[in-house]
Amino acid sequence: MSAFSVTHEAAAIETAPIGGRLVTRFTAVLGLIVGLFAVVVAVRFARGIGAVTNLNDGYPWGLWIVYDDFIGTALGASGFIVAFVTYILNRGAYHPMVRPALMTALFGYIMASLSVFFDIGRYWNAWHLFLPRYAQIDSVLWQVAMCIMVATAILLVEVLPVVLERFGKHGLRRKLDRVMFLFIAFGVVVAVMQQSAFGTLLVIFGPQIDPIYQIDLLPILYLTSTIGMGLAAVTLEGSLSALALRRPLERELLGRLMKVGQAILAIFLVARFADLAVRGVLPRVFQPTTVAIVFWIESALFAAPLVLLLGKAGQRAGRLFVAAMTMAIAGMMYRFDAYLVAYHTGPGWHYFPSLGEMAITVGLIALEILAFILVIRLLPVLPRRHPSSGAGRS
Amino acid sequence: MKGRLPLAPRHDEIDGVEARFGMPRRQFLQFCAGITAMLGLAPSAAGAVAKALLQARRPSVIWLHFQECTGCTESLLRAEHPTLEKLILDVISLDYHETLMAAAGHQAEAARRAAMAANKGKYILVVEGAIPTGARGNFCKIGGQTAIDLIQDCAPHAAAVVAIGSCASWGGMPSTAPNPTGASSVAEILGRPVLNIPGCPPNPYNFLTTVVHYLVLGKLPELDDKGRPKFAYGRLIHENCERRAHFDAGRFALEFGDEGHRLGWCLYKLGCKGPETYANCPSILFGDVGCGSWPVGAGHPCIGCVEKGVGFTKPIHALAELLTVTPPTQFARPAEEQGQGGTLATVGTVAAIGGLAIGAGARIARNLGKLPDEPPPDAGEAKR
Repeated sequence: MSAFSVTHEAAAIETAPIGGRLVTRFTAVLGLIVGLFAVVVAVRFARGIGAVTNLNDGYPWGLWIVYDDFIGTALGASGFIVAFVTYILNRGAYHPMVRPALMTALFGYIMASLSVFFDIGRYWNAWHLFLPRYAQIDSVLWQVAMCIMVATAILLVEVLPVVLERFGKHGLRRKLDRVMFLFIAFGVVVAVMQQSAFGTLLVIFGPQIDPIYQIDLLPILYLTSTIGMGLAAVTLEGSLSALALRRPLERELLGRLMKVGQAILAIFLVARFADLAVRGVLPRVFQPTTVAIVFWIESALFAAPLVLLLGKAGQRAGRLFVAAMTMAIAGMMYRFDAYLVAYHTGPGWHYFPSLGEMAITVGLIALEILAFILVIRLLPVLPRRHPSSGAGRS
Repeated sequence: MKGRLPLAPRHDEIDGVEARFGMPRRQFLQFCAGITAMLGLAPSAAGAVAKALLQARRPSVIWLHFQECTGCTESLLRAEHPTLEKLILDVISLDYHETLMAAAGHQAEAARRAAMAANKGKYILVVEGAIPTGARGNFCKIGGQTAIDLIQDCAPHAAAVVAIGSCASWGGMPSTAPNPTGASSVAEILGRPVLNIPGCPPNPYNFLTTVVHYLVLGKLPELDDKGRPKFAYGRLIHENCERRAHFDAGRFALEFGDEGHRLGWCLYKLGCKGPETYANCPSILFGDVGCGSWPVGAGHPCIGCVEKGVGFTKPIHALAELLTVTPPTQFARPAEEQGQGGTLATVGTVAAIGGLAIGAGARIARNLGKLPDEPPPDAGEAKR
């Protein structure tokens, strides 16, 4: 019951809508990008996937699946990780971060679901996923779809208190708090399962994936890199909102989280190279191939935070931000490299994301940021501030 | 169904299998599992199948040949994995089979009459080949009896009548117009439905699975309206064909040996009868040699040999009647788009987005240093 009591006690940490103008220069620019996105989406549904993407029979997956799904949900792992640290490990100090992290996670997962919907050819059959009688339980992609759906549903429950609070349904909120620990625990399990499953998805490609990326330890590497990306996302989100809203930075807490990230990345790198050595693939990374080059860039990016976070200087706000950015980019690159660069389906096949695909991905990200701004302005997500520390800025 | 199945064999019961069937114990159990899957029984029924094969009372089988080429028997004997003929000959008591029995002439006919008398009402009658009805049945005579007489002699006292091959099932090749011999199916001669296993030749496993079903459950498998076991003839070839995607995409071989044919495209326009033929060929294949070992897999259109009115009736090159889907009137180009790599615009956009992100990141990192810190959280926690 400890999780429950912390959850309940956590209500003591006051959160409040920050208010302020919704239309600013920044949100207007985001709105423009979203407008462009809407046009491309309309073209995709009117004229088919081929009209806006460079996808083909050799490359049935591209930017949308790799960025919006694999990377979006990995960054979205931030919500589950913070909830885990706060409620399961009982570190109440992280409580101020829980709501923004859960919001970020929810938007990440909604983006993933949306992009799957754009990406499936027969989108009008998508509702089949909700009916058990259509389930193909031997399919790995079915499992991926289920995980995304379950995780999104759990996140919706986890952010529900925010909405209940806003509309004064405190009785309902208290009832929900009593069972919330179940959702938090289940959410962590689903997120962990899903991220290791995303990695293991590569197995079905067999020899079409370069041996440097067709790894025996796929679940472990994807899980550790996801935790790194999730922690990085918490730091990025915390730093950016502090800067944009001119609020004090929770540098101490972020620093501690990044220390955990540092340890996780060390595990990742050891596992990565040990796996290459054990499988005898190590000589391959010294050959002048594209895959080997991207491997080294990506490994350097994974190693950089280890150095950046060293010592007292490593705990400075700027350093933390750069380390988090490197960590996130390393994780992204790892996924792009594994799913697109290291994927060879035979001679003659090519893929590079088209402008239309990029417009949809960038549009989804803009939509996510817009939604986040809207939510923190209208709902009690960020901690209430003392009146002395100055008014929020747009 | 599970309750009626005998239990799995004990270990000592299965020990004799090597000597008896001439195959390793493991291979025997694998075979039983395969048969069980084909019948659509629960995986746990594999043990019951093994037990039934080991303990069955060896039903007497009388196998008649009429207007046929012995292809059905040949395909059964050529089955290699496992050595099916050993299993067949050991599990059933094949009391009369013109191709396989050592006896000849009146001796052979005497053996048939003796077996029929000894197992009256219990033997299984298998008929291979069509029965000629023209010229009072005189086109086919064995031991002085016409085919019609023989079948009317043997069928009434049989526990089950199985027509193996397309000839016995619906007339097959001998019944092709103008059908001078008046070749007819077993069911037509007897005037009642029998179990049909059509095919030219039928897949030996379809016959064998039917026999095992009879041995394990004591009854014949569920049949469709043409008397064929549903487990084998329930699905359209077209719906399970490995080339189906090419049909849907409009990629057709137009001539034997053309580019599409060599690339393995759909054979519909070469006259493939897969769209109107119900059989499990694409799933269980032939000859136990693995992938692609069925006519369409090997590059020849299906001729619809199991279907009356299709096989040996429609010309091989004639287009099949599409029972389920019709192709659209217009297809996209048959060429496969192989995609394009980065262009100046796309790579430039990626570079611009990347540059923007790095630039913004650097600037944010600089500005972050100027922010005030939240007081260390531990202090607040201690107060609580």
